[in-house]
Amino acid sequence: MTLNRSLLTKIAIAVLLLAAIVAPIGQGNYITYVLTSWLVFSIAAMGLNLTLGYAGQISLAQASFMAIGAYTTALLTLAGWHWVLAMPLGLILCFGVGLLLGYPALRVKGHLLAFVTLAFNTLVFLVLRNEEWLTGGTFGLVGMPRPDFFIFKTMKQLHFYYFTLGITVFASLAMWGIVRSPWGRAFKALRENPVRAESLGVDTRRITLLAFAIGSAYGGLAGALITPLVQFIEPGSFGLAHSLRILLMVVVGGSGFFFGPFLGAGVVILLPEVLRFTEGYYLIIYSALVIVMLVFVPSGLIGLGGRLREKLWPRQQVRGDLVEGAAQK
Amino acid sequence: MQVLLSGLATGSIYALVAIGFTLVWQAAQTVNFAQGEFVMLPAFFVLAGVSFFGLPLWAALLLGLVASIVVLGILFKKLIVEPILPHGGITLIIATMALGILLKESVKEFYSAEAQPFASLVQSAHVDVLGAVLSLQDLVNLAISLTIVVLLTLFLNRTRTGRCMQATAQNPAVAEILGVNVKRMILYTFIINAALAALASFLITPIYLAKFSNGETLGLIAFIAAIVGGFNQIRGALVGGLLIGVLDNLTAAYVTAEYRAALPLVLLIAIILLRPQGIMGTSEGRTV
Repeated sequence: MTLNRSLLTKIAIAVLLLAAIVAPIGQGNYITYVLTSWLVFSIAAMGLNLTLGYAGQISLAQASFMAIGAYTTALLTLAGWHWVLAMPLGLILCFGVGLLLGYPALRVKGHLLAFVTLAFNTLVFLVLRNEEWLTGGTFGLVGMPRPDFFIFKTMKQLHFYYFTLGITVFASLAMWGIVRSPWGRAFKALRENPVRAESLGVDTRRITLLAFAIGSAYGGLAGALITPLVQFIEPGSFGLAHSLRILLMVVVGGSGFFFGPFLGAGVVILLPEVLRFTEGYYLIIYSALVIVMLVFVPSGLIGLGGRLREKLWPRQQVRGDLVEGAAQK
Repeated sequence: MQVLLSGLATGSIYALVAIGFTLVWQAAQTVNFAQGEFVMLPAFFVLAGVSFFGLPLWAALLLGLVASIVVLGILFKKLIVEPILPHGGITLIIATMALGILLKESVKEFYSAEAQPFASLVQSAHVDVLGAVLSLQDLVNLAISLTIVVLLTLFLNRTRTGRCMQATAQNPAVAEILGVNVKRMILYTFIINAALAALASFLITPIYLAKFSNGETLGLIAFIAAIVGGFNQIRGALVGGLLIGVLDNLTAAYVTAEYRAALPLVLLIAIILLRPQGIMGTSEGRTV
């Protein structure tokens, strides 16, 4: 039966991937742009999901890692580097800074950690705004080129979408590997009960730092993709409000679920388009929905799906057997 | 001297907000990320009272206070904190963040996105104190907030209800066994928090104008004040608030205006790393 379920999951993933490939075909540039930014924010949310959902360490600084990734890539590509070379450097930088930011998490938990990361995010924002010689200050940076790979040029919106999709799939596979590895289990152990994890031989110190560093590197990757996507970056796009937005993506989608971030980013990015007719009331509706959701289904939309399934098919075991029997016949 | 005194005046308002924050944390383990918006909102209650119902200022202030207590105290406790608290601290933190967005956007859409002038209780005049020129507003603010802090401390230490509240904060289980109505005490705490936020709102809005985004910086500074001073002590929040107010003004005046906002943050990180219990706080002990 487990084999059957994993087969179902595989089919579902294939269908979703196919949908992601087909979705932008025949659509205008704007829709393609929105879909691309959905992918980019999914990557950022995926990283935060590792830190928050799997390892249980709250971080309000994901946008600042996007900023570090984005600015590094932007400055290097403007200096003539190819994106493929600039991106890893941004990632490494984010990994390092994330590692440093992990140190406070060794000492404090919960709300205090939220404040430290929040303060960090604001500090990064201030540096970006004030150090005009490097970052262009409030005017930001413009004119970053999109990467070319021999004949595959990403200047067209649709091409860039596929480029981003490829990277997203790659990043998801890497994340899947991390979550299934002993590290992934150690992250969960850390979330569930740090003291027990420690007593069972998990090096909680190293695992906490790793959770921050890897999550931050994903933020950096998202930032490295934002640069060629928007081709204009400014400090305002990486403020605290955006960290909150990414955090809400993780929570709305279902923190600690592998596919939660995709769903959450989809809701956060695509919902404004759907709710366009409500005009300015969108954020009001959205934040009210988040509160209602947290009251009733704190595990997020994926958790909601799970609950509905249990309600609809309470005797899942029996049903599973039936399916298997049918398959044998 | 001038910088110092006006810093104290702003700091005393921060302290009011920080104290409410601390009280709620002690009583219900709730970290309220919407605290800044709690300070922003009452001013708009008052403005609505003046412009829609044509109330005189004093009546509108009263209305604002009552409305804040009901909405930000009782409803906040019943509708948000009570159902979400069992799901864990981080969930509640995220919920209060969403609440902050909700309040901010609601004011922006339903009232106005523009900054509104807000009537002050005192005339705009200037007073000489020890060679420094201060606005009367600053002095009145300082006096009122200090009085409130003193009254609140007296209430908590000298009255029966206040002591019951302290007992609840320290150990709800034992307090309940000793016959304290724990639920009611927690509700009182939320009401006091809402009232403090409303008062801070009435004092600070004449200086900054009423704007929907007022809460962002104010909330942040109040958290920092609470943490720097000591999360589990009222006098800690007071010290933290005054300290931040003074430091903020000193940096802006003498060091750098660009990185003015950075100093409290650096202070925050340093305090959390070096002395997580705060300057005045006592250690809470490690919970397993």
